[in-house]
Amino acid sequence: MNGLLVLIPVALGLGLLGLAAFFWSLRGGQFDDLDGAALRIFVEDEEEAS
Amino acid sequence: MTEAAALLVERDFAVPDIRCAGCIAKLEQGLVRDRRIAAARVNFTEKRVHISCTPDAETPELIGAFSLLGFEAHPIGDGPTEVDGGASDSRALLRAVAVSGFAMMNIMLLSVSVWSGASGATRDLFHWLSAAIALPTVAYAGCAFFRSAWRAVRHGRTNMDVPISIGVLIATALSLYETATHGPHAYFDGVVMLLFFLLCGRWLDSVMRDRARGGVTALLRNMGTGAMVVAADETSRWVDATALQPGMVMLVAAGERLSADGVVVGGASRIDLSLLTGESAPQAAGLGDPVHAGTLNVEAPIRVRVTAAGADTAIADIARLMSEAAQGKSRYVRIADRAARYYAPAVHTLALLAFAGWMIAGAGWHHSLLIAVAVLIITCPCALGLAVPAAQIVAAGALMRVGVLVKDGSALERLAEVDRAMIDKTGTLTLGRPVATNLDEADATARALLLALARASRHPLSEALTRDLTAAGVTPMTVEAIRETPGFAVEALWNGRKVTLGRPAQPLADSALATQLAIDGAPALTVRFADALRPDAAETIAALRQAGAAPSILSGDRAAAVVPVARALGLTAQTGMSPQDKLAAIARQAAAGHRVLMIGDGLNDGPALAAGHASIAPGSASDAGKNAADCIFLGDRLMPVVQAIRVARRTQAIVRQNFALAIGYNVIAVPLAFMGHVTPLVAAIAMSGSSLIVVGNALRLKGAAR
Repeated sequence: MNGLLVLIPVALGLGLLGLAAFFWSLRGGQFDDLDGAALRIFVEDEEEAS
Repeated sequence: MTEAAALLVERDFAVPDIRCAGCIAKLEQGLVRDRRIAAARVNFTEKRVHISCTPDAETPELIGAFSLLGFEAHPIGDGPTEVDGGASDSRALLRAVAVSGFAMMNIMLLSVSVWSGASGATRDLFHWLSAAIALPTVAYAGCAFFRSAWRAVRHGRTNMDVPISIGVLIATALSLYETATHGPHAYFDGVVMLLFFLLCGRWLDSVMRDRARGGVTALLRNMGTGAMVVAADETSRWVDATALQPGMVMLVAAGERLSADGVVVGGASRIDLSLLTGESAPQAAGLGDPVHAGTLNVEAPIRVRVTAAGADTAIADIARLMSEAAQGKSRYVRIADRAARYYAPAVHTLALLAFAGWMIAGAGWHHSLLIAVAVLIITCPCALGLAVPAAQIVAAGALMRVGVLVKDGSALERLAEVDRAMIDKTGTLTLGRPVATNLDEADATARALLLALARASRHPLSEALTRDLTAAGVTPMTVEAIRETPGFAVEALWNGRKVTLGRPAQPLADSALATQLAIDGAPALTVRFADALRPDAAETIAALRQAGAAPSILSGDRAAAVVPVARALGLTAQTGMSPQDKLAAIARQAAAGHRVLMIGDGLNDGPALAAGHASIAPGSASDAGKNAADCIFLGDRLMPVVQAIRVARRTQAIVRQNFALAIGYNVIAVPLAFMGHVTPLVAAIAMSGSSLIVVGNALRLKGAAR
């Protein structure tokens, strides 16, 4: 029973953390361009951005 | 630095040709080299580029920066505000999905321990914890349903959201009561799971609309949204279409669309009216002739004095007809709502009967209410809510891969019902652009010379030549000192001889478009142009007949121009039709009980596209046409039209199967609920099981367009 008192808040906290991270990434525009994100790994950075 | 950043202006451009990672790199790194552009960001999914530029950067200069990199860009004017409205809608839904998903997982975690035998204080604690998670979730995620249900009830109607809202609210209240009185069953998990699945359905529906809208915005050329205006002192500046005033003089280059109605005051050219009237042969326009907004100047630069701009132009009349015609379509009731009309009352009656039945049997109001809630939860249209959007989004995705953009789910439903097809000629059955007809008369040298000269010019006929010759695998001749007199000719030196490509020395007898290749001033070859049929027009017509959608032609063109096409395809045709005539023709068919599929591209087809039971426009259509149509097909082939009808019919079949599955599940589950055997565990299994089956069935549509 004592274990539960620790484990339940931990489980809820982790879930909330995931939810917050999802909201954060949603607001940051990470889901705006899903197809583009997949292609951007092929884009080479310019040697030196002036 | 911050001061400079504050002065920057944000602009969006649609760039339809972004196809690969290379394009992203080229655009993002190339655009910032322009000193007016501070930052550029490509959105690949929506095929747009967002740039921050200095306020003095004018639209043509920015478009020039794109074309330097080899991309065609179209400014998205006031578009972003509308488009973002839709996008934020689905983003709010996605947030609700995430919240309900999180809540569902955690409550399920607690529920599993209750089901596996937790009792006494532990069970109460778990129920209270569940309540603490479920109540805010219902308040937040359920909002969309409560609002829509309240709207329907206030107007004395009922929709799918009414039983959902009642079920969710009563079940939550009862579970709370159970928790407070140390009862064994709380339905918090069922309630939240229900919300999660239904929100998934809503979200899919909204994503589908967004994606199509993004595709359509990228296609809109927004051409003629401004003009070069010449002031009295001969200086010229770019003026936005909205700021054009009667009396201004516009300079319209060859290949440019007019932004306002006016009168020609300088130069002479030919004007392509095909988008406005459907007429395929360009008409001559000389000094004093009236010209209309939205038409294309094909031959030479002209000066036009504006007589009417904005809402006063001839286009505005068509726009008015269109909005009237579209009202009829808004009366269409989607299949899910039609189902809800019968479903909602049935559900409420069942729940009431269960309550009354157990009361009469003497079970006490608490037990009776519990059973009534179980009936409500089990009949809540969880699978029904997913049945339609899941099938439609999979079908729309499959169609998108073959080049058909479907604007929303109801378009697929209506498309499946058509039994008549009315097709515009110019630009729909035909390609709607000039194609060289006598290139086989040219020898290899002439072809190579033609390509070398044509590719140096942006004139519509030169572009047509470049496209045809490149497709034929011609290698251009090496020429020097290439120079263009816009609208008149391109000239160059070839082995020391002067070669020119330009207007024929003598006008041709018929008013056909033509261009002439001359070597040292002596005419060598006259290339004629005509509008050609789409390559698979005949097969498509046959396939349409087979699909039970009897085709016929509705054209604004002269009979003489339509007859050869109609004869070649074996179709009946009505010719010389005004937009009103086309509208009337569709109304006649509708009155006779037919469901008309309108396929057209022009501004003059706009009202007909809006009025048809369903409508399809090619990607080359006028902006008005693309806005009015339900679907848009890309490329030169016409066959996607038939593919779209086939996929729409298969989708309807799957949707009906899904309904049957959902109802079949109710037939089994409702008696169980009536008997009082539905515990929260049974409800959870039944709900998730039926939803998974429905989604799985919808996934079968994935390869439907192949």
